[in-house]
Amino acid sequence: MPTKLLAGLSLAFALICVAYMTVDAKAGWDFILPFRGTKLLALVVVGVAVSTATVLFQTISGNQILTPSIMGFDALYVLILTGSVYALGGLVVADLAPIKTFLITGSMMVVVSLLLFGSLLLDNRQDLFRMILTGVILATLFRSLTSFLQRIVDPNEFAFIQVASYARFNDLSIDTLAIAAPLTALAVVSAWSMRFRLDVLMLGRNISIGLGENPHRGYLVTLLLVAVLVSVSTALVGPVAFLGLLVVSLARFVLPSPYHSHLLPVAALISAITLVGGQLLMERVFRLVTPLSVVIDLVGGLVFLTLILKSLRR
Amino acid sequence: MITASNITHQHNGKPVLKDVSVQIPGGGITALVGPNGAGKSTLLSLIARLQPLQSGQVLVNGLDVQTTPARNMARTLAILPQTTEVTPRLTVAELVGFGRYPHHRGRPGPQDVAKVDEAIETFDLTDFRDRPLDSLSGGQRQRAFVAMVFAQDTEYVLLDEPLNNLDIAASRSLMQTLQGLTRDHGRTVVIVLHDINYACAYADTMITLTDGRLGPCGTPGDIVSDAMMQQVFRTDARILRVGDRVLVEA
Repeated sequence: MPTKLLAGLSLAFALICVAYMTVDAKAGWDFILPFRGTKLLALVVVGVAVSTATVLFQTISGNQILTPSIMGFDALYVLILTGSVYALGGLVVADLAPIKTFLITGSMMVVVSLLLFGSLLLDNRQDLFRMILTGVILATLFRSLTSFLQRIVDPNEFAFIQVASYARFNDLSIDTLAIAAPLTALAVVSAWSMRFRLDVLMLGRNISIGLGENPHRGYLVTLLLVAVLVSVSTALVGPVAFLGLLVVSLARFVLPSPYHSHLLPVAALISAITLVGGQLLMERVFRLVTPLSVVIDLVGGLVFLTLILKSLRR
Repeated sequence: MITASNITHQHNGKPVLKDVSVQIPGGGITALVGPNGAGKSTLLSLIARLQPLQSGQVLVNGLDVQTTPARNMARTLAILPQTTEVTPRLTVAELVGFGRYPHHRGRPGPQDVAKVDEAIETFDLTDFRDRPLDSLSGGQRQRAFVAMVFAQDTEYVLLDEPLNNLDIAASRSLMQTLQGLTRDHGRTVVIVLHDINYACAYADTMITLTDGRLGPCGTPGDIVSDAMMQQVFRTDARILRVGDRVLVEA
């Protein structure tokens, strides 16, 4: 069953990629190939990073509603970026190669999120509603701090931050791709190599110990991967609120198996198809009247509400 | 044999176990009984390395639970914790299959499949095999978790209050299955029980705890008495003896 599903999704993904590259191709191929090709690669990298981060986070937090975005990971990244613009000055940050900016912000992101979310997740699994509450509070805190900093920086620096604080699928930070793509590949390969351990970690701390897994180490490594993947996707397109929830819920819906060896690739393919297909529709059919992020957040937000209401009824 | 020596444990500065040393023999069912808050579950979770030891030592068949590699330990001793989270949509067969993880590390062979089938049959779960856990009753779900722990195929099986939320029929059938497994498969079961009558009826050895200290230990027929009920549980429940059965007044 998963083999068939995987084959179908891979086919759909290949078709969508071909369509994205060829529909409405008016310019010469030597322009279109690199132009659309890099954009396509960036969209796929973001899709895979977001879906993998979401699956990993849901595994270690023991629920299927929360995502890194809902817990405030993206907001934290934007805050760190804003903080460094404030501390160093926008011109310094803008002068740095985008790759350097990304490396600095990304490594700070990994450290801070391990400190903040580590204590929340590692010691004891909290119940779902306390986690949601914590996430909402943290995300709001990060956003408020960001907007506070934005208010006190000078207007030129503000413009720089402004761009980074919203999801932007039309204007991806292509420069970062050279480092973002290999990092994502590395994180995805690591996640794949621990797929059986993730299955066990999903059963909770005590059962993991009983089955001979060290949950503390497993949670820590997973959290590290989540921080890296969120940094990558946020650096490329900005915060994507409900994309992860949308695509992973969809993957769980079409996939009967709970195993990560099935869930990780299916979620990644669905995520990439959603992004590339959605962007194709927005660019070629709707002529960029609506940003893709608005549509994804609308549908994803509805999925989030439905899931919460369902878990309340149980 | 499980040997725990000089276990002292504190939780948030409050002493839970005070210098407990106890030996649990191999084979048969050993029940840990005592009033609420006596430290039964803490002792069990320390033996099962769910919490790090603060002082003392636990040896299972001579293996130190603190230093033995997690994977080797998981092939000697299995634990069913008191609260188990249920992953949505995980089926009974999938859950029981995880019991084999310490042996195959993610790549089950034919022998693992056979052991899982055997556990599912032993615990009478054949009809629910492909049902998700969250669609089962409390008793059926508990049986599925116990089946997972048995599929782990370890010499020692530790169960923390598995009879919680089970009705009398489910409780009796679970205890009878456990008894059968110790007799026919040579497993050692260590079980925390709330109801002393179940301990009297099914345990071969009884270990009592009060206020973090060890009380009388031995076979239920030898140690259960009016005086013991007063000492351990601080209640004047009378003991009735029917043939070789011991019953505690409710």
